[in-house]
Amino acid sequence: MANDPIHQFVITDIFTFGTIGGDGTEGSGITLAFTNSALFMVLTTITICAYLILTTRRRGLVPNRWQLTSEMTYEFVANMVRSNAGTEGMKFFPFVFSLFMFIFIGNMYGMVPYFYTFTSQIIVTFVLAMLVMIVVVGYGFIKNGPKFLKLFVPAGVPGYIVPIVTPIEVISFLSRPISLSVRLFGNMLAGHITLKVFTGFVVSLASFGALGILGAALPLVMGVAITALEFMVSTVQAYVFAVLTSLYLNDAIHPSH
Amino acid sequence: MEAEAAKYIGAGIACFGMAGAAIGVANIFGSFLSGALRNPSAAPSQAGNLIFGFAVTEALGIFSFLVALLLLFAV
Repeated sequence: MANDPIHQFVITDIFTFGTIGGDGTEGSGITLAFTNSALFMVLTTITICAYLILTTRRRGLVPNRWQLTSEMTYEFVANMVRSNAGTEGMKFFPFVFSLFMFIFIGNMYGMVPYFYTFTSQIIVTFVLAMLVMIVVVGYGFIKNGPKFLKLFVPAGVPGYIVPIVTPIEVISFLSRPISLSVRLFGNMLAGHITLKVFTGFVVSLASFGALGILGAALPLVMGVAITALEFMVSTVQAYVFAVLTSLYLNDAIHPSH
Repeated sequence: MEAEAAKYIGAGIACFGMAGAAIGVANIFGSFLSGALRNPSAAPSQAGNLIFGFAVTEALGIFSFLVALLLLFAV
C-alpha cells in the first residue's frame, strides 16, 4: 500500500556493489548496496559543502547576505560549544559543527515530500552517537589518563554515599549513547508517522463525498500545523544533539565535576 | 489470550509512559515561563538550559514510544 505511514521508511537499493561472504544462494552474506538512505546522506554532505564553500568564497569585511547566514551558523555553534565545553572545547568545534550541520540538513531534507529521512533509522543515529562516545572516552583517557574515571565519583560526595552514587553514574554514562541516538531517531520517526497519519485522514475523509470534503479541512489544517511543528522539532533535535555532544565533551575535558 | 492480542495491549500500555514525559515537559516550560515573567532580562540566557531540560525529559517519553514500537514490530 503506497500511502501507509510506514512506507516512507522503506530502504530500497539504488544499485549494488556485490556480496561479501555467503554461500552464493539468494539472501546469504552481506550485500553492499547504495541505498536511498545513502543517497540522501551524500546529498546532505554535498549540500553542506556547497553551501559553506559558495557563501564564503568571496569574503568581504562587510559580509553580504549569504556570507552572513553562514557566519551566523558558525557563531551559533561556536557560542554553544564555548558556553558548554569552555574555550578548551573549541578544538572540537569542527566535529560538533559537522554533526550539527549533518543532522540539521538531513532533517530538513526529510521534510521535503517523498524525500527520505535518514535520521529516522536507528542505526544511523546510533553510529553518530557512538562516534561521539568514542571521541569522548578516547579523548578523556588520552588527556586525563586514569583520572578520567573521577567522572564517576562526583566531587564533594560523602564517602558512604560513593558506593551508591558510582554505579548510578556508570549506568547513566552507559545509557548516554542509547538516549542520544533514540532521542533523535524517535522524534523523527514519530513526527513523520504523525504527519503521514494526519494527512492520510484528508484523503480518506475526502472520499466520503461533499460532507467528507468539508470535514477533511480539519485534518488538512492539522497537517499544516504539524508540518510547522516538525520543522521546529527537526531544528531543536539537531541543536540538542550538538548541545549534548559539547556537554559530553566537557566531561572529557574536565572530568571532576 | 492470544499472543498477538497481548502484544497490542502491551504496546498500548507502554504509551502510558508518555503521560509522565508530558507532565515533565509541561513542568519545564511552565516553570521557565513563570521564571521568565518574573525576570524577563535573565530569560534569554537560560534558553539553552530550557532546551536541554526539555530534551532530557522528552527522551523518557520517547523511550516508552520505543518500547511500544519494539512490541509492535520486533517482538
